Amino acid sequence: MEIDPFVFRLSIFILSIFVGYYVVWSVTPSLHTPLMSVTNAISSVIIVGAIIAALAGNNENIFNEASVFGFLAIILAAVNIFGGFLVTQRMLAMYKKKKK
Amino acid sequence: MISINLLALFYLISGVLFILALRGLSSPETSRQGNFFGILGMSIAVIVTFLSIGNFSTSFLYVIVFLLIGGSIGAFIAFKIPMTAMPELVAGFHSLVGLAAVFVAISAFINPEAFNLGFTGNIKLASLVEMSIGAAVGAITFSGSIIAFLKLRGIMSGAPIIFPGQHILNLLILISIVVLTYFLCTTQNSNLFWSLIAISFLVGILLIIPIGGADMPVVISMLNSYSGWAAAGIGFTLENTALIITGALVGSSGAILSYIMCKGMNRSFFSVILGGFGGTDQISKSSNKEQKPVKSGNSDDAAFLMKNASSVIIVPGYGMAVAQAQHALREMVDTLKKNGIKVSYAIHPVAGRMPGHMNVLLAEANVPYDEVFELEEINNDFANCDVAYVIGANDVTNPVAKTDPQSPIYGMPILDVEKAKSVLFVKRSLSPGYAGVDNDLFYRENTLMLFADAKKMTEDIIKSF
Repeated sequence: MEIDPFVFRLSIFILSIFVGYYVVWSVTPSLHTPLMSVTNAISSVIIVGAIIAALAGNNENIFNEASVFGFLAIILAAVNIFGGFLVTQRMLAMYKKKKK
Repeated sequence: MISINLLALFYLISGVLFILALRGLSSPETSRQGNFFGILGMSIAVIVTFLSIGNFSTSFLYVIVFLLIGGSIGAFIAFKIPMTAMPELVAGFHSLVGLAAVFVAISAFINPEAFNLGFTGNIKLASLVEMSIGAAVGAITFSGSIIAFLKLRGIMSGAPIIFPGQHILNLLILISIVVLTYFLCTTQNSNLFWSLIAISFLVGILLIIPIGGADMPVVISMLNSYSGWAAAGIGFTLENTALIITGALVGSSGAILSYIMCKGMNRSFFSVILGGFGGTDQISKSSNKEQKPVKSGNSDDAAFLMKNASSVIIVPGYGMAVAQAQHALREMVDTLKKNGIKVSYAIHPVAGRMPGHMNVLLAEANVPYDEVFELEEINNDFANCDVAYVIGANDVTNPVAKTDPQSPIYGMPILDVEKAKSVLFVKRSLSPGYAGVDNDLFYRENTLMLFADAKKMTEDIIKSF
């Protein structure tokens, strides 16, 4: 009998939680705000689902019931991706060491 | 067109790059590289998705246009937003992730064929469960973040909104979500799906309104976590590894931050969720203490004390951000350093309205990060320092947290400011902080109160120097 692919995805999920746990504990507290903004940006990888949904419409009817939600999700996720990474970059650029 | 296996491998690479993005944040030197890994991972995920669909027709053009519209809005916000408004911005961004998750779940529900999940009215059971979880958590994240945003922005009062039977109502609604999901899975009725989303929106609002302004750092971290779990739920639906990995990373990241914030306030996660803390009704206790003698001074006294000091520790808090005093503060510190005085900054874990908020504000004012210390690193130094300059912080310096078991903030880790030879406390009045507790530090022998606006006082000290 074959293993259900769901089990593989669940394994990835559980292991990623552990990876996240250890990686996040090693983040220096002074960078906790950039941590939040960058996690915000990366969670917008949900845009891949939005793209699939948006392109599911056929060419005669680009904006059908399902694809409209996809297009809306693309806008929201894109705001987050660009906004999240850029504001993180802006913050990180401000962290400087003492001038010798 | 690329094969489905190759596609999955690329998503895995994206996921790994996202892990490296977070890993980079372990020190400021590697952090910029980390952010670059994040951008790279995102670009890979988006590009391979386009390649896998291979539909470069008119609708593809629309996708690019919508992407650029969203992108320009995001970029505009990122460049314009003042650093003091970071908590609102992050709350706002969380709401967008939540809503995007809801939208993706809706379109997967309406058009399951596109995602290879079965057919309308006959969606695979597992997918339907995953979809419902993604949509429900997404909706809770969305409406909860909106409330958090309104509270942080000051559009809505930070005071907790409490009504009788609140917890029972929340419990009933949560049960109804489970019941709805069950019936949705057995009947595939779309009305149930819509009700599920509507009720989840309601839960988000009800969850956040009872939580007071002082607990906002926990709320933001918690919503960060929720947005991750919503993304993971959608990741399972779409069978997408990048999304599952990211969702798990973000989910655990937010959970850890919530834990750190709760510990910084010595409150249990559960009591924060139940809410009601930081209300105005708790102030009554302090009103009879006004008679105690308080020493107050002006900028000349403060400058005199600092001139004769050899080491000064600055204790910034949210009040500094409100008064926009961080730049003036750094100028004052420059003056001190020119006079050969050693200066460092002490940051409490819950200073500000979100984790790490003070550090960003100081960094913006060009304070080098190696002069800024966390509570555990610096707390022993107060005993050897001549002057502690408390600007905009209050509850986190209250010695009562160590001595009075009756106090609501008892047990909270605090900065041992009272051990400094002299304490300069900049504050507008003797009013208590967010916790509604009178600060014992005001009445100490070695405390000099400087009653003024934080920015004005700091500028005056520079002039008097």
